[in-house]
Amino acid sequence: MLSLNTSKDRSLETNPAHRVVRRTTRIALAAVAASALALTAAACGSSSDDGKKSGQNSSSPSASKGNGSSLQLPDLHGQKLEVAAVWTGPEQANFMKVLKEFDKRTGAKTSYVPTGDSQSTFLGTKVEGGAPPDVAFLAQNGVLHQFADKGWIKPLGPEAQAQLTANFSPGWQKLGAWKGKQYGIYAKVSNKSLIWYNAAAFGNAGASEPKTWADFLKTAETIFESGTPPVSIGGADGWTLTDWFENIYLSQAGPDMYDKLAAHTIKWTDPTVKTALTTLAQLFGNKDLVDGGARGALAADFPKSVTQVFTGSSPAAMVYEGDFVSAFISGNTKAKVGTDAKVFPFPAVGTGKPPVVSGGDVAVAMKDSKGAQALLTFIGSTDAAKIWAGGGGYLSPNKSMDLSAYPDDVQRNIAKALIAAGDDFRFDMSDQAPAAFGGTKGEGEWKDLQDFLAKPSDVAGAQAKLEADAAKAYGS
Amino acid sequence: MADASLPGAGGGAVGAAPVTPGPVKGPGGGPRRSIMGTPPWLAALFLLPALVLLGALVAYPIVYTIHRSLYDAGGSGFVGLKNFGTVFSDHGILTAVRNNAIWVVVAPTVATALGLVFAVLTERVRWGTAFKLVVFMPMAISMLAAGIIFRLVYDQDPSRGVANAVVVAVHDTFTSNAAYPGARPRPNSDLAPTAGGSYTSKSTASVGTSANLPLVGIPQNKLPAGAQQAKPAAPKPDAVTGTVWLDFRPGGTGKPGVIDPGEKALSGVKVQAVKNGKVVASAKSGKDGTYTLPSSAAGAQLRLPASNFAEKYNGINWLGPSLVTPSIIASYVWMWAGFAMVLIAAGLAGVPRELLEQARVDGANEWQVFRRITVPLLAPVLVVVMVTLMINVLKIFDLVYIIAPGQTQSNANVLALQLYLSSFGGGNDQGVGSAIGVILLLLVLPVMIVNIRRLRREGRR
Repeated sequence: MLSLNTSKDRSLETNPAHRVVRRTTRIALAAVAASALALTAAACGSSSDDGKKSGQNSSSPSASKGNGSSLQLPDLHGQKLEVAAVWTGPEQANFMKVLKEFDKRTGAKTSYVPTGDSQSTFLGTKVEGGAPPDVAFLAQNGVLHQFADKGWIKPLGPEAQAQLTANFSPGWQKLGAWKGKQYGIYAKVSNKSLIWYNAAAFGNAGASEPKTWADFLKTAETIFESGTPPVSIGGADGWTLTDWFENIYLSQAGPDMYDKLAAHTIKWTDPTVKTALTTLAQLFGNKDLVDGGARGALAADFPKSVTQVFTGSSPAAMVYEGDFVSAFISGNTKAKVGTDAKVFPFPAVGTGKPPVVSGGDVAVAMKDSKGAQALLTFIGSTDAAKIWAGGGGYLSPNKSMDLSAYPDDVQRNIAKALIAAGDDFRFDMSDQAPAAFGGTKGEGEWKDLQDFLAKPSDVAGAQAKLEADAAKAYGS
Repeated sequence: MADASLPGAGGGAVGAAPVTPGPVKGPGGGPRRSIMGTPPWLAALFLLPALVLLGALVAYPIVYTIHRSLYDAGGSGFVGLKNFGTVFSDHGILTAVRNNAIWVVVAPTVATALGLVFAVLTERVRWGTAFKLVVFMPMAISMLAAGIIFRLVYDQDPSRGVANAVVVAVHDTFTSNAAYPGARPRPNSDLAPTAGGSYTSKSTASVGTSANLPLVGIPQNKLPAGAQQAKPAAPKPDAVTGTVWLDFRPGGTGKPGVIDPGEKALSGVKVQAVKNGKVVASAKSGKDGTYTLPSSAAGAQLRLPASNFAEKYNGINWLGPSLVTPSIIASYVWMWAGFAMVLIAAGLAGVPRELLEQARVDGANEWQVFRRITVPLLAPVLVVVMVTLMINVLKIFDLVYIIAPGQTQSNANVLALQLYLSSFGGGNDQGVGSAIGVILLLLVLPVMIVNIRRLRREGRR
């Protein structure tokens, strides 16, 4: 098992983008294995909070810290809390600052465990072993549903709920709920509707940031004429292709259809899918616009697709992916984000609005303890979001947070686009789908869109394959 | 990895099992003593740890896998043999079965053959041991690391993948590259794409006026060194003239179709005059981009043949749908030929020299000695190596999982990988996964039996 995980990560360096790769690669291993031994889950929850009963709230050191924050946190002296999330490296360091502040305010001792590649397996075994972490950040929406059904996660307490209601738009609240109960807070999210570009290549071609898909294609054409490969696509990783499709589909067909397709209540053979794929083929099918042609794109994994825009003797001009590209550019290339590497929102397709596709980690309580609820309350608060944002590489959907907390303009603009989308943003469709369809290398949507990239003329064939795989994975 | 497949380990484990029932539940009831005088309970006591371990680690998993293969994905509903039906009707799994067959036939054969050749040849080389060391070295690398190495070896990009670097280097030695790969005119200009990647003007050329041929899509840093400013061609009364140039100025400030200052000439572009599909004249553009065609070209369409623009040769798509399995098998052979070589070399050491000498004295040439003496004498060793590799290959997983890129993973699929994918790779159907496991077991059994029989025979000898 260990070796399998390692192999998934083969061409990835330690960086935030890494996490995203993992996240989408993640396989819900625990599903079956868990059923047999899950008995211990319920029993252990009660053990941790019988120590300290409240009544000391008045003396708690939480008493608001600047900015008139009215955040009340209980005194948790002597309590130990464990937090699990996928983050490593700079993302982990950044989050540790939030935990440190929590410790300072409550007196609790928090520790952090990275869950590694297969999050649901990792947490599943911990639950079975009777030692789940107090709070976990789940990277996949589907895992939240799965864990809620099993009773492994606990609904939010009133304090945490209050923070959530005050700071988050209904769209984000809804994502953290399941079957009428609010389980989680989407405290750290990503904006996956961004196109990063090489400012020098744009300058050389005399191109400007396009606002619509038609402009985007025209810009790409102009850039080609200047002798620069216009668009770099990381087709060796199927998830980048699903994100391409999702952006086009969300903008073109609208949020309602997007939801239906995500739930598979309409089929992939639907005419809207056909239109979206045809639109996508305008790019994929034009070998001049794709760096290295389809074959080059299929051979480039996500890291390579980014580096080949900002390094080498003939760098490409644009690469599509989420905000995490920023950290990747800083870590792996000499380009400076904001000057050499710039970003514009994914263009609007057809008559639709510019899409905002997002992903995120949802904080949930895995124990019925006061500490876990207190930590969730803190995570949902604006105070925590500010500390978190200050470290960079972080986006919060917290609408109460002042945008000035972000360290630079690039990050601020990305956040602005996310907040501005209000409730029209949509969660990454492939992360909502069963892993067999939306999250497995060489299978389902990943593979079908790779085949589509190899042969963009065959829209109907791609649709048929997508539908067949979806039907199998959704079990309908 | 190698532990389970080595004949010693495998044979030992299975061979031990049938021996145990005898002393444990001896007939007749009363205390009986074996030849050594040990009471059965003592024998049982000593055997107990091994039996418990074997039971827990080998017997129980096998039984449970068979049991599990009869249940559905959730593990609660009994479905009989339906999972096996799925295995044999799923298109993807059938590919895995076919690929496994290819693997089992090709990989051990090639590895053994190479090992044999290496072993025989190194025997007579002074630096044989050093050579053997080098060939055996890949065995010291884990399958996983080897997989990562070969993923790089097979990388499409010649500047990253050594396989394609070689192929491209060889290819480029024999064919010259086009001057301006990937270049083309602007869409909707006078030059339109025509058959075979060439571009032909819609209008016809005439003497006295210059026919300019603008091209785009060439990076400034890919222009030949010392490319000059493009010059408008002077009209000549008795010739068709014009300029071929890169119709793009940095910053995108140039006018399409106009030779702006700062726009570079494209030298060495072949221009053909075509009348009714026949080339009537041809010329090459000069240093300043101008070309001159004789007056016979008047009234002809101008064509830029595809040879100007042929894309750079990009090497072989090693991990494409058709080559991915052979490529992975090659990496397996790289790893395991050394193993075969060492075993065969050991066997070779035991071959009586006199027989070889005798044959040579009798006038056999080296090939005959090899074919008629060495190989037959080595046959038992060769069988051991082949069988060992076969068992090893049947359960091949890591190399395929790592080397095959996502898009062609299904083309490279093998049973062990499918087992993993079905059980844990998103589908989470451990029923089907177990069914594949059972099938793998059934496939390994005959080879195992052959191996055990052979070991018994050796033991009797």
